[in-house]
Amino acid sequence: MKKLRSKIYFIIIMAFLYLPIIYLIAYSFNDGKTSVWKGFTLKWYTALFRDSQIMGSLYNTLIIAILASVIATILGTAAAIGIYNFKGGVRSALQNVSNIPIINPEIVTGVSLMLLFTFAGVMMGFEMGFWTVLLAHIGFCTPYVILNVTPRIRQMDSSLYEAALDLGCTPVQAFFKVVMHELLPGIFSGFLISFTYSLDDFVITYFTRGSRFQTLPIQIYTMTHQRINPKANALSALLFITVIVILLISNFASLKKSKEAAR
Amino acid sequence: MKTKRPAIPYIGWMLVFTIVPLVMVIYYAFTDAQGHFSLEPFQNAAVYSEVFLYSLWIALISTFICLVLAYPLAFSISRCSERSQSMIVMFLMVPMWMNFLLRIYAWVLILQNYGPLDMILNFFGVDVTLIGNSGAVIVGMVYEFLPFMILPLHTVMSKIDSSLIEAAQDLGCSGFYVFRKVVFPLSVPGIISGVTMVFVPTASTFLVAQYLGGTQFMIGDVIERVFQSDHNTGSAIAVVLMVVILGFLVFMNRFGDKEAVNG
Amino acid sequence: MKQNSVVSLKDINFKYSNEVILNNISLDIYDKEFITLLGPSGCGKTTTLRIIAGFETPESGEVYFEGKKVNDLPPYKRSVNTVFQKYALFPHLNVFDNVAFGLKLKKLSKSEIEQKVKQMLAVVDLKGYEKRPVRALSGGQQQRVAIARALVCDPKVVLLDEPLGALDLKLRKDMQIELKQLQQKTQKTFVYVTHDQEEALTMSDRVCVMNNGVIAQVGTPEDIYNEPANAFVADFIGEANIINGIMLEDCKVRLLGVELDCVDKGFEKNKPVDVVIRPEDIEMVDPSQAKLVGTVEDVIFKGVHFEISVRCNNCQWLIHSTVSRKVGEKIGMRVDPFNIHIMEKMFLNPTNDIITEVYYSDKENNTTTILLEGSEVTIPDTFYEEGAKLKISLPPDALYIAGDGVGQLDEVYIESVIWKGEHNEIILESDERKWIMQSDYDEQVATYVPICFDFSKASVSEVSADED
Repeated sequence: MKKLRSKIYFIIIMAFLYLPIIYLIAYSFNDGKTSVWKGFTLKWYTALFRDSQIMGSLYNTLIIAILASVIATILGTAAAIGIYNFKGGVRSALQNVSNIPIINPEIVTGVSLMLLFTFAGVMMGFEMGFWTVLLAHIGFCTPYVILNVTPRIRQMDSSLYEAALDLGCTPVQAFFKVVMHELLPGIFSGFLISFTYSLDDFVITYFTRGSRFQTLPIQIYTMTHQRINPKANALSALLFITVIVILLISNFASLKKSKEAAR
Repeated sequence: MKTKRPAIPYIGWMLVFTIVPLVMVIYYAFTDAQGHFSLEPFQNAAVYSEVFLYSLWIALISTFICLVLAYPLAFSISRCSERSQSMIVMFLMVPMWMNFLLRIYAWVLILQNYGPLDMILNFFGVDVTLIGNSGAVIVGMVYEFLPFMILPLHTVMSKIDSSLIEAAQDLGCSGFYVFRKVVFPLSVPGIISGVTMVFVPTASTFLVAQYLGGTQFMIGDVIERVFQSDHNTGSAIAVVLMVVILGFLVFMNRFGDKEAVNG
Repeated sequence: MKQNSVVSLKDINFKYSNEVILNNISLDIYDKEFITLLGPSGCGKTTTLRIIAGFETPESGEVYFEGKKVNDLPPYKRSVNTVFQKYALFPHLNVFDNVAFGLKLKKLSKSEIEQKVKQMLAVVDLKGYEKRPVRALSGGQQQRVAIARALVCDPKVVLLDEPLGALDLKLRKDMQIELKQLQQKTQKTFVYVTHDQEEALTMSDRVCVMNNGVIAQVGTPEDIYNEPANAFVADFIGEANIINGIMLEDCKVRLLGVELDCVDKGFEKNKPVDVVIRPEDIEMVDPSQAKLVGTVEDVIFKGVHFEISVRCNNCQWLIHSTVSRKVGEKIGMRVDPFNIHIMEKMFLNPTNDIITEVYYSDKENNTTTILLEGSEVTIPDTFYEEGAKLKISLPPDALYIAGDGVGQLDEVYIESVIWKGEHNEIILESDERKWIMQSDYDEQVATYVPICFDFSKASVSEVSADED
């Protein structure tokens, strides 16, 4: 009885979470612009792929996400190691400052960066666009890398590093040949989180993009703000399928890994 | 591995892209358009105090609803087998990976006049406007942030040993008593992080109200609008928002510490 | 001897956040020897090893490697390899790649690496394990890989940091013998760190006993066992009866009110000393034939011998003998003069003497307060004028560890605890000085405790200002 009740409740919540998305996707196949079903069509998808602006934004989004997450991963991994070697008060102060972009409301981070970039733009003569968005994204991704790498550093047996030095590695060689392998799971999840957050970011991009630079979330905003646009539905369907595929792959990979570990 | 040097680039980064922008926001908040010290921005910001309170109110209600919905669900998930737990957690995360504008947009489609829900209600002779009011905003917020409540609650609850609950029952505790004396105290850290993770973004988010709330804006929308013309007043509102959020975080932390001591 | 020392340490000092870890250590390590650094945890043995390896740089003093100063040489440039406590095998590499790690860095040819690794794996009895992941190995096998990895680089000196600590007893015994054989076979210098005295005595050519950041004694296992330099070494190595005695004259010592002949000379007349007698050196005879007479309190069969505990003049003695005695039996104890070891006391004064000024005093309550290492300590039932110079003599039994955790002097370090037959003699170190304390309880060495003073047992007197 109790089991049944919690099962029904679970189904209700899942329906609440999934039905809107399913509805959204279903209507991407609707041959009409209202919520009345007018027959099956793929025209919104063809329109989507023909829309050079959307394709351009997709390209921008991917470039920004790849660059931002790679740079944030390098910057953050190095920072995590360096910060870990500070002691006591200095360390926690650095960690706190590093967490500001995570704790602070996104909109405050967005407008504060906008102030900085407008000011610097006036001083140095540039306009906000690709570069400012990239800088902003690196800024909010790096703390997540640090948060993911630091626990791995703490867990790592420090004598592994010493063993590498002992066997003739320079500190840099020891990092790449030994330490990095130990930190890899943390580095990888930090990278993955950075990549998805960068892909998905709207607020901070909105304030730092200037007037011309477009990313996919910005495009979605212009498509859906105060109007109905079935192309957005089609885009949702594609994004949703991509997410599911990525999740399945990463889940499969981790499953395989845990099986290997069990063996 | 003992060197602090790898942190230097990121320390420089934080200085330029975290500290300086925040200092600029504070600077703008305390100066007038001519750059002289002034409290005028705050006086101008006072106009929006009603919006501010409204935002906090919406955030409070949304957080509360999330908590009420998530708590029983998180508990029943935490009593499942480990395999199905990770499965369910994955299912909970999938909608979160969808772009947040698209998720809100889905609700626009569902709640709009002549949308599916409106039609169903009309069929039963109920004639209400579903969109363009605080209710729609709250639904959107709950939809947006419910997983952020479920996941931390689940993380904490899954660590509660089933034998602890059984032991309490064995000692003659009734169901409710077990909950009050065992489950609830142990789940407090999860409640705290869940509430924090939902309240902070709901209070500061922007666009949700623009999509679903009709003319009733929230503070995030106000910051965006005001910033387009007046950096000083916009900064002042941002500073107030930051201070309120910070105060809230400190309060939640204190609360958590106190609970930990009592428990 | 001097010219064949491979590593020598000269006046090494090392501090870790203001705590002295090594205090002026000098040690020569000879070529091809198996030397063990032995001591309780916190004595500085691992730090000494890490300084030789290059992981730590001494605050002052010099480290020489084959006559060249190597203080600032990083570990990767030293011809020294380490076997780590928890092996520190690289988990992402298999057995072969772990062992080949150092050789690959030396840019040897592939075939040469393969040949050397195979050869080394055969030496440590791991033929055929090349492709195994290191996680899949047992503790003993991981240990062998770690040793092979260090040895294959052909270092001058191999450093081993408690390498057998994680193994179970049986395996540890086997590995002890194997390690010793390996060292003889490879003709390399082994510097071995352990806290296990038995391990040290079995394996080493020389043992260096350390305590509280200083070297207590260096010598062959026989020397260390038979001629311990002080009560600490005697206590730490093997079992010993350590009793307070007074050196009456050359070759004559008094303990427990009895005069005994010994062979030690050169002490001052009537100097308090520690007398060490090994349990197996006590001969049980008829009470009429011995100066020391006691009653058997307890007999335990230990496999090869009986451990007999005898009470004699309030003092507990331990005897190892192949013949048993009955509990309650009166026996005489005779010790060959050659087996009575006299050693200088570690704490030279029999009492804790403090010379200080009165900080303030209270006539009404008849108390005097002094300032001791920054905290106020009140002496009850004593009155001296403020500013008067006092000499306070606290005997060992006037100190005690605060049971409630609040001491008159906090954070006092327990440097050594030695059972003296009747009670424990504990040497403490506070910020500014050392203390001697007597206690019936066993205290944990290398921990911090709060201590209190019982001034009713102290003698307090005023000294004139010009007298120091």
